[in-house]
Amino acid sequence: MTSFPWQSAFEIREQVISGAMTAVDVTRAYLARAEALNPKLSCFLYLDHEGALAAAAQVDRAREVGEPLGPLAGVPVAIKDNLCTRGVRTTCASKILGNYIPPYDAHVVEALRASGAVIVGKTNLDEFAMGSSNENSAFGNVHNPWNLDRAPGGSSGGSACATAAGLAPLALGSDTGGSVRQPGAFCGITAIKPTYGRVSRYGLIAFASSLDQVGPMARSVREASLLLEVIAGHDERDATSADRELGAYHAACGRGVQGLRVGVVRAQLDQLQDPEVRGAVEAALESLEEQGATLVDVALAHAKHAVSVYYLIAPAEASSNLARFDGIRYGLRVSGEDLADTYARTRGQGFGPEVRRRIMLGTYALSAGYYDAFYLRAQRVRTLIRRDYDAAFESCDVLCTPTTPTPAFALGEKTNDPLEMYLADIFTLPPSLAGLPALSTPCGLAADGLPIGLQIVAPPFEEEKLCGAAQVVEDACGLVTSHPPAFA
Amino acid sequence: MAGYEPVIGLEVHAQMRSRTKLFCGCPTDYGAPPNEHTCPVCLGLPGALPVPNEKAIELAVRAGLALGCQVAPHSRFARKNYFYPDLAKGYQISQFELPLNEKGHLDIEVEGEAKRIGITRIHVEEDAAKNLHGIGSGAVTLVDFNRAGTPLIEIVSEPDLRGADEAEAYLKKLRDILMFIGVNDGNLEEGSFRCDANVSIRPAGQTELGTRAELKNINSFRFVKKAIEHEIARQEGVLQGGGEVVQETRTWLEAQNKTVSMRGKEEAHDYRYFPDPDLPPLAFDAKRIEALRQALPELPEAKRARWQKDLGLTEYDAGVLSAHPEVAKYFEAAAEALAKRADKMKASEAGKKVGNFIQSEVLRHVSTDGLSATFPVGPSAVAGLLAVVEDGTINGKIAKKVFATMVDTGKSARAIIDEGGFAQVTDKGAIEDEVRRVLEANPSQVQQYKGGKTGVLGFFVGQVMKATQGAANPKMVNETLKRLLDAP
Repeated sequence: MTSFPWQSAFEIREQVISGAMTAVDVTRAYLARAEALNPKLSCFLYLDHEGALAAAAQVDRAREVGEPLGPLAGVPVAIKDNLCTRGVRTTCASKILGNYIPPYDAHVVEALRASGAVIVGKTNLDEFAMGSSNENSAFGNVHNPWNLDRAPGGSSGGSACATAAGLAPLALGSDTGGSVRQPGAFCGITAIKPTYGRVSRYGLIAFASSLDQVGPMARSVREASLLLEVIAGHDERDATSADRELGAYHAACGRGVQGLRVGVVRAQLDQLQDPEVRGAVEAALESLEEQGATLVDVALAHAKHAVSVYYLIAPAEASSNLARFDGIRYGLRVSGEDLADTYARTRGQGFGPEVRRRIMLGTYALSAGYYDAFYLRAQRVRTLIRRDYDAAFESCDVLCTPTTPTPAFALGEKTNDPLEMYLADIFTLPPSLAGLPALSTPCGLAADGLPIGLQIVAPPFEEEKLCGAAQVVEDACGLVTSHPPAFA
Repeated sequence: MAGYEPVIGLEVHAQMRSRTKLFCGCPTDYGAPPNEHTCPVCLGLPGALPVPNEKAIELAVRAGLALGCQVAPHSRFARKNYFYPDLAKGYQISQFELPLNEKGHLDIEVEGEAKRIGITRIHVEEDAAKNLHGIGSGAVTLVDFNRAGTPLIEIVSEPDLRGADEAEAYLKKLRDILMFIGVNDGNLEEGSFRCDANVSIRPAGQTELGTRAELKNINSFRFVKKAIEHEIARQEGVLQGGGEVVQETRTWLEAQNKTVSMRGKEEAHDYRYFPDPDLPPLAFDAKRIEALRQALPELPEAKRARWQKDLGLTEYDAGVLSAHPEVAKYFEAAAEALAKRADKMKASEAGKKVGNFIQSEVLRHVSTDGLSATFPVGPSAVAGLLAVVEDGTINGKIAKKVFATMVDTGKSARAIIDEGGFAQVTDKGAIEDEVRRVLEANPSQVQQYKGGKTGVLGFFVGQVMKATQGAANPKMVNETLKRLLDAP
């Protein structure tokens, strides 16, 4: 049995069910650790002591009276602060929602509660999930637990950090262009971006509606797969939610990769500047081969346009999605001389610089006279990117790339150059644009001790393949028991 | 005046008679306390998502079919982006490219001349909330979101109308059709049928269109005609004065009897329409469209033609009885019931009798409110009353009296006749007794008659009817009088 705080969700549930520990004791322990370490890491924006202890007490009561316990009974979970939690402040790390309390739970939050999970708090993020380093939070940036001077990645940096540093065994993030995978890679944990439509977006505060997906984050592939099983499924409140059968993601972790055809884009690997990232990815590919997979060369001709396409489509949708934050019904209001002035002041002061930049970009891309050249053309190239994948998946079952070109960069390193920051997402953007499921799992540590992530991409709704392949990589590289030294 | 030809196109916004809103389950009832019928979706709360209301969209298809449109097999919702406090999301969900219905028409008649007006498109969209200005102390504006999300159709005509008369005829006919197919309640006062007009003029004979002004806020048929007439006159004045008409939006000020400029072309909004990523395309296959076509209620024009052909009505009567869908339904039910009850009565005879009685007696007791109407008695009760006139139990004069009692007491015609002794005296002996008494009491009038003044017959009839309190069968009274007086 692993000791606190590194027990798995399975072990915690086991202890709660057997009575070795109560859910309340488990919750108290994690809350205390989070309370103690959060000043260093800033991964939580809010710790919900009261709500968490009440949920834990309910699990203990259910156990006492012999009621059946859910798959996450008594397991603490951290939630990214762009997921609505009824009665609990939900800010998107933005001043404009600094005091916003939703009257309802997001679909995934409901699913967690039903599974017996204990929601311990809301995690930090780049404002409205826009960013790759978590430095765009209006409430202070998160630190990478492996090296406090490094970025945790973004935008789900708080969730990744909390999980990696043992402040919670599981967390939910959201991924629009890599926002669970990239911080997952930077913080050395497993993160899954499900197929678009696999998990309901109801209650996820929208950034770019055609790309957003809620994704599980955990220290092991099996835990991430279990969490995916809990949150996935059809929801009538989201018209883009897919009405398709659920996979057995957790069971799929034990299936191995015998006969699996693994696609590799050789040119991409050859161009990698960072030899350590390349080495770690090559090693992961070798371990897949050793376990019976075959490597297949594939090409993704249009993937190189993904950054341009993404930074037209996502801001265009964001410019419209964020229009509702106008200071009229909720959130910050800065009164001006007239209505237009009130809008301008509220939004000018309520949004941070990156959010304002993307609203401007998106507004421009949708403007009369520019729509065809920017938004429409971007949509066409997006279709070409998806077709590239369709073609690639005729010769392979999954596709492997690095998650990021480098391990975690330093805090402040890229904040003055937005374009440089956007390029950190080159590997995670193409599957997002294609709506495909993708997973990042640790595949090595660099010489300076920073984790390196492997991204695995599968055809739509074939998350099971991601889980099976990732488990083999996890077993081979043996990093599942490595934790950030300063927090171990 | 003769030198210019007006060219008018109309845009009608009609609220659809859907029980619930377009993208959530909130009721659409008018008149509830402010913000009673709201939820996270129609309040545009962060994270809430729209789900299309199938029933409402079917109503929009029904409107398209009734107006001869082609229903699109695939259509899309689009976002129309602009800021206003009555717009919860900062955008309205509407349709732009790929509307639900296109290429329809409406035939109108002005002064006996028939004309076909093209309908460019009919698309579905959600209504905005309502700003309430000057509430309480100070210049406060409050927003009532009860109306937000109510389903609307926008019906856009071709610029085929050539005068205010045609515009008025088009609107009346359009309203008539929408009411009869149950799509709209035709209630202009409550704003459920609203109209904007695009008005331009051009020298007679010129094919090129003149510069147009868009007229807003014309919410009664009387206003429409007046506003358009004024606008035509204003534009003529501008051109005759050597000026140029500028493209602008003008609003009709009823109190001042004029239109004034709201905003010019350069202040026109750029709505930045783009497909709504929250809503997948709407799909209607040929089979479903055909089923909806089959289920289309009879249109008012067809109804009137059928009534004239089969139910013995004049064009005028058919017009009066089809002024409201519920009156039409009432008439048809009563006519059918009478034909069934009265022996060997032809449908046309029953229709005529019922039609006359409804117009002379029933209608003044009928009140309508939108699509609903209240009647003093049911159609079968009216048929029952007319049936006892038909079988000679009472005469037409008594029938009116009995009807008044039916309205007051809610009792059946038969009960009132029995209780009030209203049944006609058809007993030959009894009538003869009465006639003899009258003749004996009025010897001088008998002398006059015998002297050739046969006109006094009417006097005798009146006396007999008076003596029997109107209950004697007038035909039998007549015959008996003649027989006795003419006897040698």
